[in-house]
Parts: sequence; structure tokens; C-alpha cells
Amino acid sequence: MAATPVVVNPKGSLWSRLPLVKQLAQSVGLQRGMLVAGLVLVALFLLTAALAPLLAPYGFAQLRDESGRFGSQQPPSAEHLFGTTVSGYDVLSRTIWGAQTAVLVIVVAVTMSLIIGVLLGVFSGYFGGTLDRILVVVCDAIYAFPSLLLAIVMSIVISGGQSSLLGGIMSAAISITVVFIPQYFRVVRAETVRIKAEAFVESAKVIGASNMRIMFRHVLRNATRTLPLILTLNASEAILTLAGLGFVGFGIEPTSAAEWGYDLNRSIADVSSGIWWTALYPGLAIVLVVLGITLVGESLNDLADPRLRTRHRAIASPAAAATANEVDELEKPE
Amino acid sequence: MTTTEISPSAPLDGTTTERVKGGGNLGRYILVRLLLIIPTVFILVTMVFILMRLIGDPITASLGGRLSPDQLEERKEAAGYNRPIWVQYVEYIGQVFTGNFGTTISDNRPVSEVLLTYGGATAELVFYSLIVAFVVGIPLGLLAAYLRDRWQDASLRVFAILCYATPVFFSGLLLKLVFSVWLGWLPVSGRASTRTELDLLLLDNPTGIYLIDAFRTGDMDNVWDVLAHAVLPAIALGLLTAGVFLRLVRTNVIGTLGREYIDSARSRGVGELRLVRKHAYKPALIPIITVIGLQIALLLGGAVLTETTFEWKGLGFILVEYLSSRDFVAVQGIVALLAVIVAVSNFIVDIIAALIDPRVRY
Repeated sequence: MAATPVVVNPKGSLWSRLPLVKQLAQSVGLQRGMLVAGLVLVALFLLTAALAPLLAPYGFAQLRDESGRFGSQQPPSAEHLFGTTVSGYDVLSRTIWGAQTAVLVIVVAVTMSLIIGVLLGVFSGYFGGTLDRILVVVCDAIYAFPSLLLAIVMSIVISGGQSSLLGGIMSAAISITVVFIPQYFRVVRAETVRIKAEAFVESAKVIGASNMRIMFRHVLRNATRTLPLILTLNASEAILTLAGLGFVGFGIEPTSAAEWGYDLNRSIADVSSGIWWTALYPGLAIVLVVLGITLVGESLNDLADPRLRTRHRAIASPAAAATANEVDELEKPE
Repeated sequence: MTTTEISPSAPLDGTTTERVKGGGNLGRYILVRLLLIIPTVFILVTMVFILMRLIGDPITASLGGRLSPDQLEERKEAAGYNRPIWVQYVEYIGQVFTGNFGTTISDNRPVSEVLLTYGGATAELVFYSLIVAFVVGIPLGLLAAYLRDRWQDASLRVFAILCYATPVFFSGLLLKLVFSVWLGWLPVSGRASTRTELDLLLLDNPTGIYLIDAFRTGDMDNVWDVLAHAVLPAIALGLLTAGVFLRLVRTNVIGTLGREYIDSARSRGVGELRLVRKHAYKPALIPIITVIGLQIALLLGGAVLTETTFEWKGLGFILVEYLSSRDFVAVQGIVALLAVIVAVSNFIVDIIAALIDPRVRY
């Protein structure tokens, strides 16, 4: 257990094999453009979240400064570049601070669902039996259910609705986690069931490796090929779910954190009277972030699929696809 | 059901004679799928029940703080909430399977009546959205596949991602801002204008589906009014699914274009456009049918948001109302009903997929 595996690497330097770097080098033309655009958007989003205290002119719950109250529904001006909301918050500041909330929720939700989903998937697929069958049926049921509704129910359970910053973020994240676990579970379980039958697992058993060792060294490491894709998809879905929760009034209170969905909910009435700035900016923020993450995920997906990958020279022909498949076979480790 | 008891291995569709080899699987497939609905609904209803009860009883959640502790106890006693939880659970499951979802706490209506009143509106919205999704998604997907790797394809793909990346409530608000507030072409919110709603109320047996009811009034103004109100919500919600369809059609058509029968058609001199439209199009539609099941779940979730944006008085709108008044009996009922709808629509989609593509049956 103590011995850390030494990365032997026959195919170039570690740098060129790092996840995104490899794909970036592999991509050409439009596909590279989409990947780069996505990466730029994601980088901007992360920077905004990290530097929110420096970038935002005001606090997210600030209603007044030295010169008095901000005032309600003020149009964009020099003091308030994006105007103010109906409650008198500065729209620009809340949009910037919202990035921080979104990052926190994504990180917590994706990490939790990844760990729980993968572990459940490996155990369930490896051992099989009644528990496996029950888990499959339950996960299928959750998977088929409208995720927003489930998230709403979960957030009622966790916080009884609105709550503080940490409580709100945790409850939103946990609600989202529950929705996502089945996705990881299904993929990892299916792969585990497939890999379990492979010869190298048998050999490990013959040598006398423990179940734990087989699961984590031999099965899990081969079952995670598709996870980066699900991960990016989930990150964007997490933002949409968080915004959806905020929009139906089950998100985070405005005084605890800035949350784009809540701000959009408050802007419904504004829009009817022609006030556009309270809805536009938080909405655009959501769109750009989800767009960025999805572009990255889509590009990774296309690059992983030889049928969809644009090639350096010729456009993929059936023959090229066939060689690509062979390469995939060869890449199968151990 | 009696046939199954006599002999489980006998064909279940009754067509014992003149059966094509393997064709009898369909009946069994349908039966298995039908039986699978029950555990799905059961699990979802159970899950919602357990989750909602983790936070205490609905009476305290809804009325706590407004009534004295004695009055609360009285109400709990009357509603049976101080009995053991498993007794309540068994009773609830029994009620759900007979179509009784309890009585709302905030306005004391049977939940099933609420569901009937508002269910039609949501069904109508989801139906319109599916139309938008088909009309927008499929042709654009074919176009993207035809113009593969050109700038048109790239922009269509970005459009598809944008459809997914834009929350329905944001696209709804933008549409509303542009077409209702600035241009004044379409109504801002609601399902119909007041005059039409009054007309519809006078009908004998309103279906709750406004378009049908409007036709029954015989007044074309009503029909136009109802349709005008539906345009923006349907687009907002429909684009969400249109993006999914676009991507699916594109990927699948590109996949089929690489197949041998396409090569053979191409070698006979069939043009590229015709190849896409006639040869590669149909096989690419099967995956669409199989994802519609999942899309319906997505659309129902989206409907909650769309209805709130447009004050479209459907299940989602009323769900949010009940959520804010902490009426968890109503919430539980609506969520349970939606679970049933999702399970049943998945069943129907599976059957359609099996009818179209024999490979699906196993």
C-alpha cells in the first residue's frame, strides 16, 4: 500500500500528457477554436471569482456609501455601471460576487457527487448482489426524475428553504450532489462490471490480491475514462440548478451571498416595466459561464471520439477511424 | 393479466398464430416495461415522503408560529400526523395508488383537484415546447450535418450550446423584454387575456387545455389570443430541447453518412443534400425518440421555471406558490404526480422506440 506507483511514460513528457494540454495539441481548426474559447471563458470566470473583492466596486449586500443610499432601480450610470436592483443593490457588484458563490457551489457539489458516485459505482458493480440491484433501481429512478424538483425537495429538507452563506451554499451543493450521484454511479458501475470480467482482474485474483486492491488499483483506474466529460457537464448543470433554485426562491438569501438566480427572480417585475439592466447582467453571467464550461466539455468529447475528431490532414475517413480504434485498444493499460 | 398466471412463457399479445419469428417478444417487452413503472413510481414517492418528513410534520411547517402550540397539536391530531411514521407511510402509499394525494394545508383543497386544475396548463406548455423543439432542432441538425465543419456548422453548434447554456427563465425574460415590452407584439404574461378567460369560464366542461376550450367557444379571437400568449413561453422552453435535438441529429447523421449503404448510394450518383435528407435522416431519428423520455423530465423541470417567468398558471407555477407558503402536502402531491408522469412517458417512449427499431427489444 505504501509504495507509490512510479509513472512510467512511454509517450512523451508529463506536460504533453496532462489532460487539457494533450487535447489542445490534438485539436485543429474550429475544434481548437471552440476549446480555446471555452478555456478563456472558464479562466475569466475563475479569475472573477478569485478576485471578486478587488473587482467589485461595492459589497454584494451594500445599500449605501458615503454619498447616501444607492436608490432603487437606478439606470446604469458612472457610479453604478450596471445600475441598481429593485432592493437597491449594485448590479455590477452582485454579478461579480455571484461568480464566487457559483464556484463554491460547483466545487463542493461536483467533488461530493464524484466521490460518492464513484465509490458506490465501484462497490456496487464489483460485488453485485441485492444491494447492487437496489442501487441500480434507485439511481435509475432519480436519474429519470426532473432534477430541479429533486433539488428543491432536497433544499427544503436541508435548510427548510433560505439560509446563511455557508448553509445556503452547502444546501444548494448537497441538493445538486444528490441529483448527480446517479450519473457517476451508472457510468462507473457499467465500466466496473465490464472490467471485472477482463483477464487482468482474474490474474490479480489468482496472485491473491485483496478485493480492495483489485477494486482501486485494477478496476477503478480503468473505469474513469469518461469521468472528465461528465465532470464538465455536471459543473455547468450545477450552475443552472443553483440558478434555478435561486429563481424559485429556494436559494441563498441576498444578504448572505450574491446569487444570480435570485437576482433574476427579483427582476421579473422589472422586465415588465422595461427595466432591462437588472435581468441582463446576472443572466449573461450564467450564460457565459455555462457556455465556457460546455464548450470545453464538448470539445473534449469530440476529441475523445475518433468519428467526430477533425484530423490534422484529411477529414476522418472510415479507415482513419479504424486505426484510431486500434490505437484505443492498444492504449488500454496493464 | 390472467394469461400471465396460466403460463408465463406463452406469448402475451394473443397472436399465437402466424407469428413472425421473434415477433412475440414485443408483448413481453411491453409487459416488463409496464411492470417497471411500479417500482420507479414507488421509489420516487417513498423518497419524497421520507425526505419531506425528515423536517417534521407539514402542519408545523406551514402554520407554525401562526397558531398556538395547543392549536397545532389539535390540527396534527385531526390530520393524524402524531401516529407512528410507518402507519402514515402505508396509508399515504395506499392513497397515492388510489389517486388520493391528500388535502392542502394552506387553502384546504384536495391535492388531486389542484393537480387536475393546473395539470392541463403544464401539459399544454410542454406540448407546444416539444413542437418548437422539433421544428427548430431537426432541420437545423440536418443542416449542420450537411455543412459539416464549415462556419455554418460551427455557428449552429454554438447556437445549440447556447440553447442549453441559457436558463429558460433568462431566455424567457429576454424574449419578454424584446417582444412584449419593447416591440409590444405579444402579451407579457398569463395564458390568456381577461376577456378570453371569462369566455372560457362560461364553457360547460372546460378541459383546462385553453386551445381546445378556445376552439369550443367558436370565437377565433379567443384562439388567437390563447396562441399569442403561448408563443414566448413555448419558445423559451422549447429552445432548451431544440439544442439537444440539433446536436443529436447532427452527430447521428454524420455517423450514418459514414456507413456503407451511404457510400453505395453516393457511388450511384445521389447528391449530398439528397443523401442527408433521404438516406441518413431516418436512422438518425431513432435516438431522438429514445431521448424524448429524458427530455420530458427536463421539460417538466423547465416548465416550473418558465411558468414562474410568464405567470403561466400550471403545476410549476402553483408548486412555487405552495413552496413559498411552506405547504408541503401540496408540494409532495405535485412532485409525486410529476414522478408518475415521467415514469409513464418513459414507458410510452420505450414502447414507441421498440416498435420502430426491433433491435431495442431484448
